[in-house]
Amino acid sequence: MSAASVVRLEGVTKTFPHGNVTALEGIDLELTEGEFVSLIGPSGCGKSTLLRVVGDLVEPTRGAISVNGKSARQAREDGDYGIVFQSAVLFDWRTVAKNIALPLEMLGWDRERRRARVEEMLELVELTAFADHHPWQLSGGMQQRVAIARALAFEPALLLMDEPFGALDEMTRERMNLELLSLWEKTGNTVIFVTHSISEAVFLSTRVVVMSPRPGRIAGMVDIDLPTPRTAETRETARFFELVTEVRELLRSRGEHLLPEEEAVLE
Amino acid sequence: MTATVLRKTGEWLPALVVFVVVVGLWEGLVRALHVQQFLLPKPSTIVSVFWTERHSLWPAGWYTFKEALGGFAIGSVAGIVAATVVGRFQTAGKALMPIFIAANAVPIIAFAPIFGAWFNPISPHSKMAVAAVLCFLPVMVNTLRGLQSASPRQIELMRSYAASEFQIWRRVRVPTSLPFVFTALKVASVLAMIGAIVGEYFGGALNALGVLINTDAGVFRFDEAWAGILIASILGIALYSAVATAERIVLRWSPETRGS
Repeated sequence: MSAASVVRLEGVTKTFPHGNVTALEGIDLELTEGEFVSLIGPSGCGKSTLLRVVGDLVEPTRGAISVNGKSARQAREDGDYGIVFQSAVLFDWRTVAKNIALPLEMLGWDRERRRARVEEMLELVELTAFADHHPWQLSGGMQQRVAIARALAFEPALLLMDEPFGALDEMTRERMNLELLSLWEKTGNTVIFVTHSISEAVFLSTRVVVMSPRPGRIAGMVDIDLPTPRTAETRETARFFELVTEVRELLRSRGEHLLPEEEAVLE
Repeated sequence: MTATVLRKTGEWLPALVVFVVVVGLWEGLVRALHVQQFLLPKPSTIVSVFWTERHSLWPAGWYTFKEALGGFAIGSVAGIVAATVVGRFQTAGKALMPIFIAANAVPIIAFAPIFGAWFNPISPHSKMAVAAVLCFLPVMVNTLRGLQSASPRQIELMRSYAASEFQIWRRVRVPTSLPFVFTALKVASVLAMIGAIVGEYFGGALNALGVLINTDAGVFRFDEAWAGILIASILGIALYSAVATAERIVLRWSPETRGS
């Protein structure tokens, strides 16, 4: 482990008082700089909660978190991470350009600096022509690209993504996977990526963390040694299938308590 | 450009046809059935009185319109301010909201004679008060609902930027509430006219529209009463349209107001 630690979780436990649900129990996890880590598991395994704990949007009941060597709160206040949700969460009253500029406004950047950065980001996600459009005039995939541009605009070291492509159709999703990978290669961010999809997790990640539900625990980890840069053909290699199978079996072995609809997710 | 004009005309045409047919039927039936003047005057009679009495009708309408406008402004501003305060303090909101909703169901207009007693019954202030109270509750309740309907995800996103409560209020809650506020203002614009005119039925200045309609009806001058109602309708529609236009300008970003 020569690279610097970006996120470190030690014995993180989260209990929600309502219904006394233990969403997370004793999570230990360390991410080093430039890693792309996917969290995968059935509904209720606490993967979204884990992401929010890292982002200081949910406070853990017990355990220690450090982000860039600071407390999670300090990291949030310093703008150390960008977040992308399942829905794009754009502001209808702002144009595409102004949506991307929002975090920059919050950080107190002046107008000229904001304009220049927004232009760069629009180029990066190939939406320059749509700068003055309103979010509802864009397709779902384009909206999600705006959300990603917004999350990357202030160059956070860490990108938190909560099922960002969950609402997209399969073809758009695969294209967005490729776009995300090329962005990641350009920016060198550390990424935590929550997903339901085994193939998406394997395709994108350097490491897949498999979680099991009730209470949410880490069931195992799989290092993804697929060569980079990954392309559409990567999905057709034998190694890809082996890794997908490995992740699936880890999910199955811990899935004895799954509900039928959760079983369906694993198929 | 021409296409837009044509499309707009196309949208209005059905309503215009219905209006012309209804007025035509009214005129025709009143003539054919020899309906008594005091039951229902002919549209042509109403329009001609509307013209001959224009020097007394319009000033009366304007007088009442000013009362309605004053009440609308006072009630709406008070409603928005109250909602902002209540929305800011959750506990106050929980305690007051059920009371406001109950108060919303009270027939405020029943208080009109009381307001007459509180203020000088001849003065425009008692009518303004009725209009203001009528406007207050819908504006207050809707604004509060708007301020509270911000998306939890948007707020979470703002928190990820370490935004303060005020920044979240300004950048998320206020813009989210605007469509609610304008819906309420449109309702209030109609209520304000009703409040002012009904207030005047209980007494007011001689040159007020409600007094004029009431007096005319009392002395069987129904044609002039109807002409007064026509003025009231024109002014009511004008106020509503002004609010709707402001809405279109302020909510340019909204897919609803763009209509596309």
